[in-house]
Amino acid sequence: MTEFRYIGKPTPRKDARDIVTGRLPFLGDMVLPGMLHGRILRSSVPHALIRSIDTAGALALPGVKAVLTCENVPDWMGGIPKHVRVLDRKVRYVGDPVALVAAETEDVAEEAAALVRVEYEPLPAVYDVEEALAPGAPQLYEEFPGNVYPPGMPAFGPRALHEIVYGDVERGRREADFVVAGECAYESIPNPLPPEAPSVIAAWEDEDTVCVWSASQGPHMLKVSLARRMGAAGFRSVGAPVGGSYGSKYMSWQFVFPAAALARAAKAPVKLCFGKAEHLAAFTVRIGSRLRAEVGMKKDGTVTFVSGDWLVNTGAFSEITPGMVAVGCGEAQLAVRCANWDLRSRVVCTNRTPSGQVRGFGGQELKCALLPILAAGMEKAGIDPVDFLKRNYVKPGDGYYWRDGNWWVCRGTDYARAMDEGAARFGWKEKWKGWLVPSAAEGARRRGVGVGVHGNADVGEDVSEAFVRLDPDGTATVYSGLAEHGTGQRTNICKMVAEVLQIPLERVSVTPCDTSVNPFEFGPVGSRGTYAIGGAVIAAAEDALRQLFAAMAPRFGVSPGELETREGLVYVRGRPEEALPWVTGLRYYGACLGRGRFRPDFTLPNFMMIFTEVEVDTETGKADLVRVVGATDVGQVIDPPGLINQLNGCLGSAGIDTALCEETVMDTRLGRIMNANLIDYKWRTFAELPAMEHVVLETPLPSHRFHAVGVGEIATAPGPSAVLMAVSNAIGVRMAEYPLTPDRILRALGRIAGKEGER
Amino acid sequence: MAAGEPVSIKLRVNGRSYSLPRGDGPGRVGTGDTLAHTLREGLGLTGTKISCDHGACGSCTVLMDGRAVLSCLLLTVECEGREITTIEGLADPATGALDPLQQSFVDHTAFQCGFCTPGIIMSAKALLAANPSPVREEVLEALSGNFCRCMSHYHVVDAVLAASGKGGGR
Repeated sequence: MTEFRYIGKPTPRKDARDIVTGRLPFLGDMVLPGMLHGRILRSSVPHALIRSIDTAGALALPGVKAVLTCENVPDWMGGIPKHVRVLDRKVRYVGDPVALVAAETEDVAEEAAALVRVEYEPLPAVYDVEEALAPGAPQLYEEFPGNVYPPGMPAFGPRALHEIVYGDVERGRREADFVVAGECAYESIPNPLPPEAPSVIAAWEDEDTVCVWSASQGPHMLKVSLARRMGAAGFRSVGAPVGGSYGSKYMSWQFVFPAAALARAAKAPVKLCFGKAEHLAAFTVRIGSRLRAEVGMKKDGTVTFVSGDWLVNTGAFSEITPGMVAVGCGEAQLAVRCANWDLRSRVVCTNRTPSGQVRGFGGQELKCALLPILAAGMEKAGIDPVDFLKRNYVKPGDGYYWRDGNWWVCRGTDYARAMDEGAARFGWKEKWKGWLVPSAAEGARRRGVGVGVHGNADVGEDVSEAFVRLDPDGTATVYSGLAEHGTGQRTNICKMVAEVLQIPLERVSVTPCDTSVNPFEFGPVGSRGTYAIGGAVIAAAEDALRQLFAAMAPRFGVSPGELETREGLVYVRGRPEEALPWVTGLRYYGACLGRGRFRPDFTLPNFMMIFTEVEVDTETGKADLVRVVGATDVGQVIDPPGLINQLNGCLGSAGIDTALCEETVMDTRLGRIMNANLIDYKWRTFAELPAMEHVVLETPLPSHRFHAVGVGEIATAPGPSAVLMAVSNAIGVRMAEYPLTPDRILRALGRIAGKEGER
Repeated sequence: MAAGEPVSIKLRVNGRSYSLPRGDGPGRVGTGDTLAHTLREGLGLTGTKISCDHGACGSCTVLMDGRAVLSCLLLTVECEGREITTIEGLADPATGALDPLQQSFVDHTAFQCGFCTPGIIMSAKALLAANPSPVREEVLEALSGNFCRCMSHYHVVDAVLAASGKGGGR
């Protein structure tokens, strides 16, 4: 194995000191001269036409600088398809923006918002995905009859995937030893819930040039996607450190549009930071996923067909739901090798807080419903789920339709060894006693084990660009539009450059995340940071190095190919004692600027398997997560502590705990969310940490110079279905909904009355 | 402000004495101002973070007379005569040297996004001040009021245990 200087070695993050001293400037800490504060008045009813809005009281309040309603707000549109107005004449969920206020202080803005008088004409509301599809159901949008969105994800091309249909299901049915039919729902709409709520400052430099500072996960994409939607000729986007996102702060128009509209109206910079209740009740939750499917299987675990109807509840609008459907459909094929598919999707709107992008991106939501139905087949075949997943996870040479609708063939690695080593570390063979059989019992307590899997070929999605500038003094600067959202990726790209250039890590820095400085960057999503962003940065460093050697070669009278560099010194290979510093070739002015671009590649799916052990108290119905073992193969670790942090993230950000305690609870009589605070929304505390271990293999992958791919985004996705399986085994009853709160478990055990699905 | 009430609030923050005029408007401490608000908006100490703003997440944790408190649940007018320490007050003011606990967080990469980190460090600081050599369970209990969504918990616990007994509680 290659011995690296920085790659694979733990190094402190470059922002570490600022983080531990409280000096890291998050968006909420920023102040601009003359800055106003924005506030959103939100609907108190789930579905209504706005009959009238009276803003006179708000405007009369001293300190108020602008009040916007559907009468005077710019006609900018968000959503995919484009259909969400900043403010509309109709409200579609409790929390839908109704008016925007900018004032000199937060308190005045809040007071003013409360003075806006709104008269509603109530409409009937619908929350359940199938009720929304029923004839006569309340209709949310005139343009989407039946509450169904048309398929299509323009950014993924004209053939964007929205279903998995190929092969011959009838043939698969004939070839099956048996067929199972099932229904499973993962629709408790958990919230990824970063600690920092959505935050932005917008300022207009002139009538059509805007600058946006935001805690966005992909600041460069704001410029690309929003400038046109806002009709802005100039759009500068500056990224701030992101206080958690987990996908949810990627699209960002939900907070950028209101701030920019107010800033233009008030002719002053406007800061808009959501409150925690707004964050919980009116910002990105997971999509609701309900699946009815049939699966054909042979006794050896071969899947002969999968057919089904995937109902996707996106709430009051679709932020990027067709994108999640596309990637979810792609990812299902990575986990289930099958020649015959007929899995159709429908994206449906309902009168609840809208769903948007979250880590797991459609794949977690589909898999959490699909794997339990497959488990029923495994149970019938009497096959161990680890053996089943090993047989059926995508292998080199296997193909799949990816998000663009094209057929891609895996040229990655066989992850069977990672599965075996994970199973061994977990002690799977000792604990697995068969389907719906506890692995141990003591008094009222039952232990059970379960396993889940996930993978994503988006590690190579979309385009990244980077420049690397070498200065004569032996330092390097990376020009990248990458925002730091917690993975340490801004430090990791410096590690990659330091490794290529063989200079101390301290001599490599990254430019501020600012579109006025940097080339295009799609952003760190879909675990693409390591391969895609890293690939662009590495290419830029190598390009800069070629320029350096070309400039230095005449000094040595050799060809550039004979040169090497180390510590900012260049020498002829094998003669380091005759080294010259970069400055001798570059002179005091001659910086080298290398350029790198990564182009999409969907042939290297990553992989994550999670083993869980739970203990259920059959008297109280409480299920405790006892132990988690993750298994993956990343090709090459870039930063060991950062990687382990990301893998530990399987518990947080609407991950494993969506199977145990996490849910957004709606009162469907009023359409209101009942747990929009951090006490009633349940989250795991330090005092309840399960034992956690990870098996991380490093089988070199054909990605880039360092043979690595990322896995951070997929850490959460295999967990919930693994816990569902573990609890089912512990209590001897097959469960098919989330989360497994004590009431659901006691009902399944027949200890309290009621049907499954009732709360 | 009722007649007869003091016209200013005196408190010490990170070793420095402040006398803050009471009343409404810029530079003054209003009756409803939380300590978190005063620290951030009045004194510019933005290392103290506000997340839930109702005492559930621990992001705004500071030390008051050496004990961990939630600055979003305290009114500044209640802090008369108190000694407050924020995240900005941990490093050595003369040399800039990090507190051993802060250094341990750096060494263990005991954070991801870093937003909740100041609050976690202050909770851990209070623990180590009261109990310089805690066992793992005591660390878990002391930090159980701190919300971290990236799940840096495991590295945090390692960092706190590594700093214990090394002056992390000085």
